[in-house]
Amino acid sequence: MSQGLSGPRPEAREMPDGQRSKHGIRIDPQTGARHEPERTVISALVKHEPGVLSKVSGLVSRRQFNIESLTVGPTTNPESARITLVIEEPDPGVRQVKRQLKKLMPVISVRELGDDAIRRELVVLKVHGDEPDKVHAITQMYDGLTLDAGPRTITVEITGDEQKINDAIDAFQQFGIRELARTGQTALARGEEWTTHAEEERYERACTEPSSNDTEPNTDTK
Amino acid sequence: MSEHASTTVPDTDEQHTTDTATSESGTEIESENERTSERQSVVTTGAESVVAALRNVGVEDLFGVQGGAIMPVYDALYSTGSDLNHVTMAHEQGAAHAADAYGQVTGTPGVCMATSGPGATNLATGIADADMDSDPVIALTGQVPTNLVGNDAFQETDTVGVTRPITKANYFAGDSDTVGDVVGEAFMLAREGRPGPTLVDLPKDVTLGDTDTDPDTASLPEYHEITEEPDEKAVREAARVLADAEKPLILSGGGVIKGDASEALRRFAREYQIPVVTTMPGIGSFPEDHELSMEWAGMHGTGYANMAISHCDCLFAIGTRFDDRLTGGIETFAPDAEVIHADIDPAEISKNVHAEYPLIGDAARVIEQMHTEMACTPDANEWREQCVTWKEEYPMTYATPDDEPLKPQFVVEAMDEITPDDAIVTTGVGQHQMWAAQYWSFTEPNTWISSHGLGTMGYGLPAALGAKVAAPDREVVCFDGDGSFLMTVEELSVAVRENLDITVIVLNNEAIGMVRQWQDAFFGQRRMASEYPWIPDFAKLAEAFGAKGFTLRDYDDTADTLQAARAYDGPSVVDAYVDPAENVYPMVSSGGNNAQFALSEDQL
Repeated sequence: MSQGLSGPRPEAREMPDGQRSKHGIRIDPQTGARHEPERTVISALVKHEPGVLSKVSGLVSRRQFNIESLTVGPTTNPESARITLVIEEPDPGVRQVKRQLKKLMPVISVRELGDDAIRRELVVLKVHGDEPDKVHAITQMYDGLTLDAGPRTITVEITGDEQKINDAIDAFQQFGIRELARTGQTALARGEEWTTHAEEERYERACTEPSSNDTEPNTDTK
Repeated sequence: MSEHASTTVPDTDEQHTTDTATSESGTEIESENERTSERQSVVTTGAESVVAALRNVGVEDLFGVQGGAIMPVYDALYSTGSDLNHVTMAHEQGAAHAADAYGQVTGTPGVCMATSGPGATNLATGIADADMDSDPVIALTGQVPTNLVGNDAFQETDTVGVTRPITKANYFAGDSDTVGDVVGEAFMLAREGRPGPTLVDLPKDVTLGDTDTDPDTASLPEYHEITEEPDEKAVREAARVLADAEKPLILSGGGVIKGDASEALRRFAREYQIPVVTTMPGIGSFPEDHELSMEWAGMHGTGYANMAISHCDCLFAIGTRFDDRLTGGIETFAPDAEVIHADIDPAEISKNVHAEYPLIGDAARVIEQMHTEMACTPDANEWREQCVTWKEEYPMTYATPDDEPLKPQFVVEAMDEITPDDAIVTTGVGQHQMWAAQYWSFTEPNTWISSHGLGTMGYGLPAALGAKVAAPDREVVCFDGDGSFLMTVEELSVAVRENLDITVIVLNNEAIGMVRQWQDAFFGQRRMASEYPWIPDFAKLAEAFGAKGFTLRDYDDTADTLQAARAYDGPSVVDAYVDPAENVYPMVSSGGNNAQFALSEDQL
């Protein structure tokens, strides 16, 4: 039909040698280009307004990022909240999460936390109450608190890093866990390091101008 | 169609406390008049504040459809906005596309308006289209009064929720005193950095509510990060790599046009003699008749552009998101090339194709800085010769024996010949879009207005209206397909009413041609629901709307018919019956290797 078009057929054309990985990275034939998923904690300072959690979770679900946990709560500034997001993704995925999060309008600041960050999670679990002494002993071993002890169930609270929570749950398995609720991780950078830059800037601003009121413009989204 | 006019009149019972009359200075010396004029506000309602905000940012034209919940804003336009030109569209989708094209042609956000519920959801397609193509648009939607929000009230939709993933930012305006500022901020965000659509949802009680607070000067949110300047060191390194390349290639994307960087790009490419391919949205950023132009690459791009992309060793990509229609399979995309990727949006860097040299910043600035840092012209004579050879090997031509039905490509070329270089071409989506992109020789930026990322059929006609309103002195040609045209044909009534001098050329092959092409190639010629033997006589349809209709069937009549359609002062429609057997080639199969484009069906 389109007889004007000519040139070598597809199979007869000279082909380039190279290749890219599925992440678009050129594959070095000697080393290859593989990226294993890693567990990463991302902290985002966001405007404390309706819809912000939906925006963040919508972004995560739409882009199919593999999310492990997501926690949210207010900060010292009533106008902002902190979202802690734990994801399990290869390197390029983590970068995408950070960049895409940053693009969301109510997101003020985003930061990936290092391995030394302080991470905590809380679990509330309810076990059968047949052996209260033993349950109490395990609760103490994990520095937990007994929240409720009845004739048939005992409810305890454990706080700690993810590994400790996993271990504690394992230990309570022997009594038969009726149900449990985990909060997911929340985290802050260790020591003097700031968790997000926006807070650092705001803190310094507040220190230099102690009289100025530390509020952001209201964009009217209530 | 849904009923758009609500009969419910919301209660507006808020009795705003009247001005406390305490002047700030409190001095007795001021005359009564001066004090009054100082306090005198321009606006009295939320709706007037919305209109005032639009005027503050320089809006001249609006596209929309009336309805119950947006009525207060229209009323404010009636009373105070005689200088704002509102174009009433036939359908909200048309309003969004018209605003989109308007935004592209003028460079400032196009404004579209609709009522709540069906009005807002009808805008959604156009908003999603603008979002995919990073076009600056601001959508204003009516909403049921705040006391009814969430109660499944008449014509209620969670518009903010529906449009959350398809807007750059969206707002639910909850206060008459601040609604104008929200509109101002939405406008600023739509144009800043990487442009995109923003939406403000306007509850009826908020727009009806009293206020004496004039909107402030429009501004961006305080914490919003303004586009970074390109990093000098990174630019220097990238320039070194490009100057050292043996097979350098520039890939110019839509961001070059949006960033007003076409001139900078042209100077750069000419000075350093680097061949240029564009993406489809980047068409027009580099003149296609220039010897360095390889035209556009991708699924239906030229064979030579795809060969160049596949064989280059350094790809300087600017303002592109590496869409899969451009790259084909990522594994085989520019496999030997080190990638320098310049983009205003950091989230685009290494999203699809890994960039060894990322340059974040405004396209024009990046190109200028690269220009300064280039140490020499790349030593690439052999490469340029190779590019010329590919052009000779894979020319863009088609067969035109007289005894065959009219070829669509011929119609495109014939129209191109008789129109000025700055004519604006809009299209729907399908085979006709590809032929227009392939056979029209684009030499100027902002002359190619099409639906790229979302691929919205029906985009062409309302986009032509928006483009004509934006640039009344320029010629506007819309290429449409029969299927695509039928999807928004109602906007012809608007073109007639507004007497917009546009020429629509329907490349009529009685089918959803692109689907039929794929069915023939990949589904064993099982043409399920792709053939349209029942389409109307478009010339008569045009006449019924009050436009001028033409029918074109032969090669011999082509020039005269097209000339007559152009000459008609008002909207004209040429129903061009083209060869239904003609398909779009070259073609890279979906997810395939760009270097293995097929030139005919037997090569697929």
